[in-house]
Formats: sequence, C-alpha cells, structure tokens
Amino acid sequence: MTDATAARPTPSLLAQDNRTRHRNRAEVRFRAFGMAAMGTGVLALAVLLASVVSNGLGAFRQTFITFPVVLSQERLDPDGHRDPAAMARVTTFGYAPLIGRAFADHVAALGIETGLGPRAMAAMLSEEAPGQLRTAVLANPQLVGETITLDVLASGRIDGYFKGRVTLESAERDRNVSPEQLRLAETLAQAGVLTTRFNQNFITAPDASGQRPEAAGLGVAILGSFYMMLVVLVLTLPIGVAASIYLEEFAPKNRFTDLIEVNISNLAAVPSIVFGILGLAIFINFAGLPQSAPIVGGLVLTLMTLPTIIIATRASLRAVPPSIRSAALGLGASRMQSVFHHVLPLAAPGILTGTIIGLAQALGETAPLLLVGMVAFVREYPAPLPAGLFDPASALPVQVYNWTQRSDPAFVERASGAIIVLLVVLIFMNALAVLLRRRFERRW
Amino acid sequence: MSCTKLTVSALALATVSVAATAAQSRDNVQIAGSSTVLPYAAIVAEAFGENFAFPTPVVESGGSSTGLRRFCEGVGTNTIDIANSSRAIRAAEIATCAENGVTDIIEVRFGYDGIVFASDIDGKAFGFTPSDWYLALAAELPLEGAMVANPNTRWSDVNPDLPDQKIAAYIPGTRHGTREVFEEKVILQGCEDTGAKTAMLETGMDKDTAEAACLELRADGVSVDIDGDYTETLTRISANPEGIGVFGLSFYQNNTDTLQVATMSGIEPTVDTIASGAYPVSRPLFFYIKAAHIGVIPGLKEYAAFFVSDDIAGPFGPLAAYGLVSDPELAATQAMIENEKAM
Repeated sequence: MTDATAARPTPSLLAQDNRTRHRNRAEVRFRAFGMAAMGTGVLALAVLLASVVSNGLGAFRQTFITFPVVLSQERLDPDGHRDPAAMARVTTFGYAPLIGRAFADHVAALGIETGLGPRAMAAMLSEEAPGQLRTAVLANPQLVGETITLDVLASGRIDGYFKGRVTLESAERDRNVSPEQLRLAETLAQAGVLTTRFNQNFITAPDASGQRPEAAGLGVAILGSFYMMLVVLVLTLPIGVAASIYLEEFAPKNRFTDLIEVNISNLAAVPSIVFGILGLAIFINFAGLPQSAPIVGGLVLTLMTLPTIIIATRASLRAVPPSIRSAALGLGASRMQSVFHHVLPLAAPGILTGTIIGLAQALGETAPLLLVGMVAFVREYPAPLPAGLFDPASALPVQVYNWTQRSDPAFVERASGAIIVLLVVLIFMNALAVLLRRRFERRW
Repeated sequence: MSCTKLTVSALALATVSVAATAAQSRDNVQIAGSSTVLPYAAIVAEAFGENFAFPTPVVESGGSSTGLRRFCEGVGTNTIDIANSSRAIRAAEIATCAENGVTDIIEVRFGYDGIVFASDIDGKAFGFTPSDWYLALAAELPLEGAMVANPNTRWSDVNPDLPDQKIAAYIPGTRHGTREVFEEKVILQGCEDTGAKTAMLETGMDKDTAEAACLELRADGVSVDIDGDYTETLTRISANPEGIGVFGLSFYQNNTDTLQVATMSGIEPTVDTIASGAYPVSRPLFFYIKAAHIGVIPGLKEYAAFFVSDDIAGPFGPLAAYGLVSDPELAATQAMIENEKAM
C-alpha cells in the first residue's frame, strides 16, 4: 500500500502534468472557437455594412443642373389673366418642352458643341422638372413672363455617371443614355452648370415612379413609420404595463393565469405575417378602418409588439426584490401603493428598455404591413396628427422593399440609402435603451 | 395616481379615435394588382397628382390574381377602386365579384406588354422558338407512344442550332399573370408545334389531359419559378450567367447594359415588332374600375381618363417611353371610360 503511494511522482507546480495540459489545451481550443464564432459574426456585419454604405451613400448626394428659363406667357398663360385656375389647364406636358428648350439654349449660349438633338438633351433632365416648375408657377402666377433660374435634378443615368454607376462603356449598350450625353454632362460640370451636392430631398421628398429614381425620397415613409411608432407606443406601453403588473403582482396563480402566460410566450414567437392577416380581418374588414393607413399598421404592430413588451416588463418586475414589497406592506402601504410607489419606479428602466427594443423591432417590420395595404406607392404626405393617422402612408422598411423591386438600377442606391436611414434610427433607439439601462438600472 | 389616470385616458382616447374612423370616407383612389402594371400605374398616379387637384392615388402591388380577389371583395370605401391586371379577368372572378355585389366593372385595356427572354450580356446569344422552350422545360415528353421524363439538359440537346449551354430557366411563378401568357404563347404553342400534343392525343389522352400534360413543367431544378419580381430574376442571372430569364419588355429596356435579349421565332422584341404583332409573345394589360365607386371616390374617373389619354398612354407618352406598347384602339377606350360603359 505504502509502496503504491510512494511510487506516484509528486506533481510539480512548475511542470504541468498531462491532464492539466490537456485541460489547458481544451480551453485554448474553446477560446479559439469562440473567437472564430465572434469573428464570423463581425465579418458578416462588416460585409453587410460595407455593402450597404458603399451602395447607399450616393443616395444622399444628387446631381443638379442650373439654367435660366423664360416663362413664356404664350405657353403658360394663354389668356393672360394670371388666373391660377385657368393656368392649371396647362399640364406638365406643356411645361416639359419649355424646360427642354431652355436647357438647350443655355448650352448653346455657353458655346458648347454637343451634336445632340433637342430630345436627347431634354432627356438629361429629370422628369420631375416640369412638375416642379408647374407647382412653382401656380403658387406664384406673377412669375409668368419673367426669366427665372431653375435648379433641377439631372436624370438618373447622368447622376449615375458622377457616382460611377454609369460609365462610357455601359452607356454604349444602354438605350437610356448615350456616351455623348455623358460627355456633355462632363463639360457642363466643368462649366459649373452641373453640380453634385448634398440632397436633403432624399430624406424629405415623397417616393417617385420608376421613371424618376433621382427624385425618389423617404419623406412619406419616415412620416408613416413615425405615426405608426406613435400608435404602437401609445397603445403598447399602457396595455403592456397594466397587463404585466396585474399578472405579476395581483393575479392569483392558477391554471387560467398559467394558460395566459404560455399563450403570451407563444404569441411572441408567432410569425409577424399572422398579425397582418388578423389586422386585415379585424381592423379593415370588420372595423372598416381605411387601407394603407398608419393607424391600421400601428394597430397590427401593436398586436405584434405587445407580447415582447409584456415579457420584458414582467421580467423587470420580477427582478425587483420581494423585500421592497414586504417593507412597503409592512409600513402599512396597500398593495397598489407598494406597486406604484416602489416596485414600478424601480422596474421602470427595464420596462423602458423592453419597450424601446419592442418598438425597434416593430419599426423594421414589413410582412404584416403587406396585408393591410401599406406596401404601396404613396406620394401624398399624411396630414398632421391626429387626422394623418387615417391617411395613406408607407413605412421605412416598406420603402426599401419597394425600391429593390424597381427595374431602374438607380433604385439599388436608393434602397441602400433607405437602409442607412433605417439603421441610423435603429442604432439611435438601441443606444437610448442601453443608455437608460446604464443610467437608471439598480443592482441588488 | 397620475400614472393610472394617464393610462386610462390614453386607452380611452385610442378607443374613441378608432371608433370615430369607422365612418370615415376616403378621398384618394386606391389601386392594387399586377406587379407588371405597377410601374405604369405609378407613373400615371404621379403625373395625375402633379396635374390635378386630386390627391395622388395609392398603388399597391401583389400580383394580378391578388388584386382581382381584393377588387371582388365588395363595394365600399374600405375596398379598392381599381385592380391592375396583366391578364383578362376570368369568368370565375366575375362570378365572385357579382356574389359580393361588385356588378358593374369597367374593363380598360391600355396597352400591350412584350415578354422577352434575356440572358447575361456577356453570354452567348440565343434565338428561340416556342418548340425549344417546350422541349427544354416540359416535365414529360411523348416518345414512341409513351410519356418519358424530359432527358434534355443542354440547349443543344433541344435544338442543335442553339449554343451548347446548360438549360437554366427562370420563369415567372404561378402567382403572376405573366406565367399564363408564357404557358399559352410559348409552352402550349411549342407543344403543338413539335407535334407532342398530337402524339399525346394518339396515346389516348383526351384534349384537356393532353393540354395539362403540355403545361406540366419539369420540377428537377432546371426551371425555377420566380415568385418575386423581375429584379429577383435579374439577380439570379447575375449569379448564374448561364441562366435565361423571362422579363417584361420595359424591364429589359431599363437594363440593356446588363442583359441581352433573345429572338423568338427570329423576331427581336421591340415596341414596333410587338405593336405589329410580329413578335409572338405579348399580352394586353388591363385595369378594372369599380363603376359603383365613380362619383363616390373623388378623382376615380379622372384618373382612368388621364391614364388612357394620348398624352400618357399614346405612342409618344411617358408609358411608351418606359416600354409600354401603345394600344392602337386607344380612342375607343377613351370613349368607353367617358360613357362609363361596364362589361
């Protein structure tokens, strides 16, 4: 017996034995796996961000062409009374040739030889220009007869040339733009007639049709998303918090509440399109709410977000130590007082964080909106609140989805730009959640 | 407790506002349907909003069948006013409509759309006939009195004149109106041209079974149904340069720098060849107006009239510039809308 113990070598503290080496190697391996896993995630994120940013930054800059236009009375106000109602009879189709000719004249006046016909030159300007000029003239009929300086968007392909999307080689094969047009654009850029600069219209302007990618903006989508988030916040926060407080603090623990609990967890995992189907059936077909309206979108997203918020709220209520409740009750507070004076304020940071994360999730949702008619081409801004809740609107993720389906390649840039805007909003919301948690969270 | 009061009042406010809207009317035209018609409808809606005092109509996508189903859901401001469709309305749909009280439907044909076959611009050039497509995509081909699984894997197997390239086709899914035209004008035509249909009838099939057998497409991954839009088809082709996709003419025209188009029976698809009928694979585009909504929804009739006006849908209008083949009988359509003549 004693021999056996004596034969066993004394383990040295300096030299590792086999088993320790084995365990250490396992740890090193595990760390490597962990780092590889994290690296994969970071790499995927980096690739995604790089692709979105490199594609989308261009959307925030746009090419404009500036030239003088003579607003001939003969064309725009044949009666000569400056009566807006009469002048409205001249449609954008009446304005278009005026602008095209003015552009060609200006190029000729600069002494630039183009060899392009008037149609090809007019095609360098955005189709948005006539509408823009018509709105300006109808708003101020006194402009007729004068010469004004017009600052209009260049067409999507010309703009693409300055962003590297269109090249002289691709223009050879492209029926929508010719190399001559690109060369003229280059000359005009040197002459200062054509400039590429920051384009706030991308944020404020409404969507535009497939023929004018250069004019498409996010205005209606941002407003629509904002209205929906307002509806979601106003509804989910009180309903969610009330439901959680009741379930957590007051409700008896029995089969019925167990059933509700299971159902809430279950609802949180239901695919969001299901809520869209529900919304279509209840809010539009049964309650008769309008289609494509932020109120319906907001209600649908409320249904979707509620379980998330209830779960987060209950978790933060549960995290408040029972001693707080006992102390309050011991000092003679009623149960309601103990909850509202002590438990709820302590749980508030957690509730807010949960709410913000729920909202962020709702903000990025498209599928349920598909069925309530918000995945649409909408150009009218919704009215100010509260009436605007019932006007048609689109939403940020919907706009991304819509733009990826357009045939003009310029919309790829727009879609990526919209993703950047969406990401910035989401980062802001999530940062707020982290900040609130850091600042107000109590550790026990 | 101010917190509770706030909660209760917010809830009350929400309930009241929800209830108040049940009786709300709508002042914008609401449109849904074909994703092929969507770009045209968006162009018209945009110009309509620019030129009229009415608000810009709201245009949804979703496919012809979805649009017509929603169109037939009933009459009232919470239903759509116009359904865009890349095929004519079916008898069954008219019946559903009538069941739900949608009786007066105005059918507007506003132009034609060519369906083109296009591949990567750096790839080989193709010149197809409907027979080539039938032989390439059919699930089973008749051989000596029996139906055998389609053995063709390369275009040169189908037709020695075609390049020796793997068959990889991206065709529109069944949700799309384009699919119906593809089946009718290409696959069925090919089935008849190759004599396969006759061979099937000789094996004792009845006419309907033979037709169904003609349209049965192979499911071994050679032909892929695209349920999304043409952009998805384009992405598939850029990922697989050997792929050949089915596109609308306007989509191709917007992407001539990345796609090359194949001829069909020797004819290249252009606005002119489609207008003259020389290019075989084209189809009319429609929209359907709910006559009961005219006068209820402001701007509905004006929008329809504006859509088919010469300025818009004419051969020199913006729709033609985008790839629409103008309808030579536009004047008759204009008169029909003016008189609100239902089907």
